[in-house]
Amino acid sequence: MGKKPAREVNRRELLSLAAAIGTTAAADAISRHDGMLRGPSRTYTNALPWDDGLTDAPEAAASGSWRYLNSGEVGFLTAAVDRIIPPDPTGPGASEAGVVVFLDRQLDGDYGNGARFYLEGPWQDGSETQGYQSRFTPAQFYRHAIAAIEKAVDRSENGKAFKDLPADRQDALLKQMESGDLKLEGPITSKAFFTMFLQNVLEGYFSDPIYGGNKDGAAWKMIGFPGAHYDYSEWVTAYNQPVPVETVGLLGRRAWERG
Amino acid sequence: MARTMPKVDVVLVGFGWTGAILAQQLCDVGLTVLALERAAARTTPVDWATTFDQDELRYMWRHHLFQNVRYSTLTFRNNVNQTALPMRHLGSFLPGTGVGGAGIHWNAQIWRWLESDFKLKSHNEQRYGKQATAALTLQDMPLSYKDLEPYYDMFDRICGTSGQAGNLKGAKQSGGNPFEAPRSAPYPTPPLPMTFGPKLFEQAAASMGLHPFPHPAGNLSQAYTNPLGMQMGKCTFCGFCEKFGCGNYSKASPQTTLIPYILTKPNFELRTEAEVLKVERTPDGKHATGVTYIDAAGTEFFQPAEIVALTAYQLHNVHLMLVSGIGQPYDPATGQGTVGKNYCYQTMSSVDLFFDDKLLNPFIGAGALASVIDDYNGDNFDHSGLGFIGGAYIAGMVTGARPIEMTRVPDGVPKWGLEWKHAGTKYFLRNMSLSVHGSSYAQAGNYLSLDPTYKDQFGRPMLRMTFDFPPNDLAMTKYCTDRAAEIGKTMGATHVHPKARKGPYDITHYQTTHNVGGTMMGESPADSVANKYSQSWDVANLFVTGAGLYPQNPGYNPTGTLAALAFLTADAIKSRYVKAPGAPLVTA
Repeated sequence: MGKKPAREVNRRELLSLAAAIGTTAAADAISRHDGMLRGPSRTYTNALPWDDGLTDAPEAAASGSWRYLNSGEVGFLTAAVDRIIPPDPTGPGASEAGVVVFLDRQLDGDYGNGARFYLEGPWQDGSETQGYQSRFTPAQFYRHAIAAIEKAVDRSENGKAFKDLPADRQDALLKQMESGDLKLEGPITSKAFFTMFLQNVLEGYFSDPIYGGNKDGAAWKMIGFPGAHYDYSEWVTAYNQPVPVETVGLLGRRAWERG
Repeated sequence: MARTMPKVDVVLVGFGWTGAILAQQLCDVGLTVLALERAAARTTPVDWATTFDQDELRYMWRHHLFQNVRYSTLTFRNNVNQTALPMRHLGSFLPGTGVGGAGIHWNAQIWRWLESDFKLKSHNEQRYGKQATAALTLQDMPLSYKDLEPYYDMFDRICGTSGQAGNLKGAKQSGGNPFEAPRSAPYPTPPLPMTFGPKLFEQAAASMGLHPFPHPAGNLSQAYTNPLGMQMGKCTFCGFCEKFGCGNYSKASPQTTLIPYILTKPNFELRTEAEVLKVERTPDGKHATGVTYIDAAGTEFFQPAEIVALTAYQLHNVHLMLVSGIGQPYDPATGQGTVGKNYCYQTMSSVDLFFDDKLLNPFIGAGALASVIDDYNGDNFDHSGLGFIGGAYIAGMVTGARPIEMTRVPDGVPKWGLEWKHAGTKYFLRNMSLSVHGSSYAQAGNYLSLDPTYKDQFGRPMLRMTFDFPPNDLAMTKYCTDRAAEIGKTMGATHVHPKARKGPYDITHYQTTHNVGGTMMGESPADSVANKYSQSWDVANLFVTGAGLYPQNPGYNPTGTLAALAFLTADAIKSRYVKAPGAPLVTA
């Protein structure tokens, strides 16, 4: 890229450029952000360091069929996420909200690939305060953990898969994972898996619908979070009153759609 | 071997807050300044526009603006008897990377230290006796509040800080912090309005005889033009400051307050994707000749400079000192050495509040939107018989309500299942958390060093952190968290759950990005790495900025003080150093 000529920056112009969600160089996003040294050094003098037409807008989750998960994993996760957040009249269950789709797309992408994990050796078990010490990426971690869980379930539940168990039995097993009491073969503890899994389920349920979960913003509507708004100035001192704004995500705000 | 680049007067290693401050100050007097930044350039309209910056998953949980541990991490252990292991995923703290550094995703909570924080050791020994500090390795700063005040004021004017002064030139001001040291001028802009939660805190604290005031904020209450002509907008309370960039030009950051100005200077250059590996010196080791940096292709460059300034994040500044072999590394077994000594953190705790009868709408927020009391901070209260020194500010703070992080439920409710779903739904708009922002005092076993096993991507030893909370700080957090719970009860919360910080220190759960110490400033080379002008005792043309300069961490967010110290450093370089280059500004 190198030097660009100096020019006056008009903020309205920049904002309108930035509004062009979905038309941007998403592939460039990682090189701009993931730490360092992904391209040649650039030198800027007498110019603002930005590139015309580039916005670092998020990429929407792919539609269509499963990207990473196999059918057994989909079965396990669909059953498990619906025990974490069951459907009821309050709001959608996790699978209905798209959480399994979210997990699949996340495991298929940068998160699943460990793009922001340090995974070099040597590896050894540490104390809980030292955190994640696995050599697995999150995608590998899920694959190994689910296989080990289904193996343990097969043994203790007379050959049944997790998804075919009654809800109270599923809950009991999830509680054993939460505490770490469910013993698994291999290097992953059930507690370590549950910790990552619970966090990812909450992420899928409550993140912006652009990532495949929180379908139609239903989880936000349930709790009363209005979503990706930018200006609440009007209601700052409207104490103890409902804020009458529509729930919106990053996509689908009428005002921002391109004409 | 390395290709030699044209020489500059000043090379800056890292281009966040302190790099931008030095660049602005030194370019203005005509020095040629080159900033080397390891990651990419970032700007408001491209990187965190209002059209997509309210995205909790991407920024908070997927670390989009943070340092990527895949390429840059450290090892950690709680004490010297453990083997340190890599931090394989970010958790407890979230350093930045790229132009603007952590100055992009901070909350913009802008504080000054108390006068007594500058002479912490002598002050406490005088008031409570030598035994009060015996288990700690506290040190006084080599300068006073009065020395630093003009530079605190400069930073406030650069940021446009919103707040209510409590002490103007010694005259107490109603509505401000009665404990603060004298300010030479009021805040540039009035305080932010309080949302409901902070208002309830303010009323409760006042009714208890405490002294609430609006938290000083770099999220601006009104439009502002700073002395460099940089324009900022009024905050719109979107609730995405902390861990996010501000698309609205309302949050003070290097991008909003300094960088566009600096980039108009013909004597300034910014070079991105250029990672500094080492400070190079003359054979006698007493003079820095420049730095070696590397690009993505693995090509090394030697950048000569008259002055080298380490302006990276505290952890990286300490690492660069150690891998460059400058100064004596601290050894906890002998107490000898200063580089890496007195690593401190911030002792954070909270009180979760749930209101059955009040709608708080906590999604309306800003990074520093809070009513706060300083009654239990520093030495603002009598510690006689309490068994600890130090303290915390307590804030009724609502920075926003990001639902992955903040769908809180009362204690006793499971973390998942229908019961969780119902409680989370009931309380999402009816909960807040009081923030108890505690001091972190140094003890002999907490330090930074080079790891004997793990190497970074360039083959250098990783930085190794050895840290646990000192008993003094655990006693402090218990006491201050209990005081916060009393306020929570007075606020009328249905459920009040104090969460005092407990040991051992856990690197996996987010607490705060307030890592300090390791390149502390002091009175002499025997007790410190740098003098009061942030100048290395060992290499007179090397300056080190940032929170690494702190011998311990008072109960305040560090940015205000480290920015003021950077302005003071710039002033010393401009007014004194350039007249006798290469000479120490303080005689050892």
